[in-house]
Amino acid sequence: MRKIYMDYNATTPVRPEVLEAMLPFYTEHFGNPSSVHWAGRAVKGAIENAREQVATLINCSPAEIVFTSCGSEGDNFALKGTVDALKEKGNHIITTTVEHPAVLETCEYLEKQGCEVTYLPVDRDGMLDLQELEAAITDKTILISVMWANNETGNIFPIEEIGAIARKYKVRFHTDAVQVVGRIPVDMQKANVDLAVISGHKLGAPKGVGAIFVRRGTRMTQFMHGGHQERHRRAGTHNVAGIVGLGKACEIAQQTMELDAPRVRRLRDKLEKGIMEAIPEVKLNGHPDKRLPNTLNVSFAYIEGESILLNFDMKGIAASSGSACTSGSLEPSHVMCAMCVDIVLAHSSTRFSLGPDNTEEDVDYILQELPPIVQRLRDMSPLFNNDARMSCNQCRVVRRA
Amino acid sequence: MYTDKVMDHFSNPRNVGEIDDANGVGEVGNASCGDIMKIFLKVEDDIIKDVKFKTFGCGAAIATSSMVTEMAIGKTLDEAWKLSNEAVAEALDGLPSQKMHCSNLAADALHEAIKNYRENKA
Repeated sequence: MRKIYMDYNATTPVRPEVLEAMLPFYTEHFGNPSSVHWAGRAVKGAIENAREQVATLINCSPAEIVFTSCGSEGDNFALKGTVDALKEKGNHIITTTVEHPAVLETCEYLEKQGCEVTYLPVDRDGMLDLQELEAAITDKTILISVMWANNETGNIFPIEEIGAIARKYKVRFHTDAVQVVGRIPVDMQKANVDLAVISGHKLGAPKGVGAIFVRRGTRMTQFMHGGHQERHRRAGTHNVAGIVGLGKACEIAQQTMELDAPRVRRLRDKLEKGIMEAIPEVKLNGHPDKRLPNTLNVSFAYIEGESILLNFDMKGIAASSGSACTSGSLEPSHVMCAMCVDIVLAHSSTRFSLGPDNTEEDVDYILQELPPIVQRLRDMSPLFNNDARMSCNQCRVVRRA
Repeated sequence: MYTDKVMDHFSNPRNVGEIDDANGVGEVGNASCGDIMKIFLKVEDDIIKDVKFKTFGCGAAIATSSMVTEMAIGKTLDEAWKLSNEAVAEALDGLPSQKMHCSNLAADALHEAIKNYRENKA
């Protein structure tokens, strides 16, 4: 059976060149980079080389890169490390209702520790009102945390403008950048961010490695206590092979992004147009333009997301959904709810996230298989051909607002 | 995550549709939790002659709906009344634990349809 992977926002395959670069660091270059002897020295250079590769991709100094184990660690470090370091200054955090759980759950934890958190709502396109953001800043505000792009919709937030607001009020600015780094150009100098989180497995490096950009002069408490690694900012023996892989993946992204992004966008647009033309009553979730080139999130009225995914899977198509069943809770995606997407449509939300390996044939195959799947599920649905449509106020929205 | 039997009933659901001259109809679930099941009965001489279903929901919701129609057909109303959600899940060789409460409602829908039939008759 044909297998098509369109879930690149969940994870990506390790690029062959990345794996090749990593392999020697499991065997002949096995040393601990903290050791002074030959075995350690050989490896230390590789870590610093990787640091430079990451720094080059996002335009910062290598000294501003701290290696971590994953995106969630980076977000935890950014939030908790800031709250700890700035507790004399204030206790107020501003974030959004559509952040990744790594930020939302950490904020909820910090609320229990005495922080106050403002969760900014989004409009129906999933975008923020920057005046509202500015108005939320108080003299107790110590951190603004806004993701660079949303993992479910692909919406890209105006990070440069938010950074300018943060600078104006001298508030620290953190961004969860895991969905953008390696996909679209990001520039830490232009963006005015103080903290930015990267996850290796979103850009062709392996799982288990990430990085956080910490702007020079940004005071943080240590996240992991122990050894002196990462200039005392993050203890723990380096995941050498993973770090080498992350560096290599950043280097490759630097070279290929310019060509990959428009090609992926063309495929995504073809898929979007094809779906809209072939299937009635489909809703686009997210902003029509201010979106990552690879992400398409749509809801097919009257049918549920998990049953769509299972049908896809039977045809070899890997995608994802914001339905309750796939979110692991009884409620559909918090992002769909925050956007006031009708509750049935939220359960139906289906995300295709493309990557550099996808082809024209992949899109053609999906466009051929999708309409009968949707029709079959609609024929089975008691909501189809039924006027009992749900309105937005029935949505138990804004759980966190 | 699903058993072969669940996948069989999900991919080839039995008795999908509506019965135009149904004399018992039951509906359970709601949109907010993502599952709605509707069961149509054709009852003659206290025996379920025909059952059909329409379901909005996940794989488990569709499979349990399909299974309950198979289990109910040909049974007397009293026999069908005794069918439980657990028995439906068991007939499917089990459901993932997180699905037992949210999507395992098909017997409830059947019971609603039987209740509706009895009310119509009374």
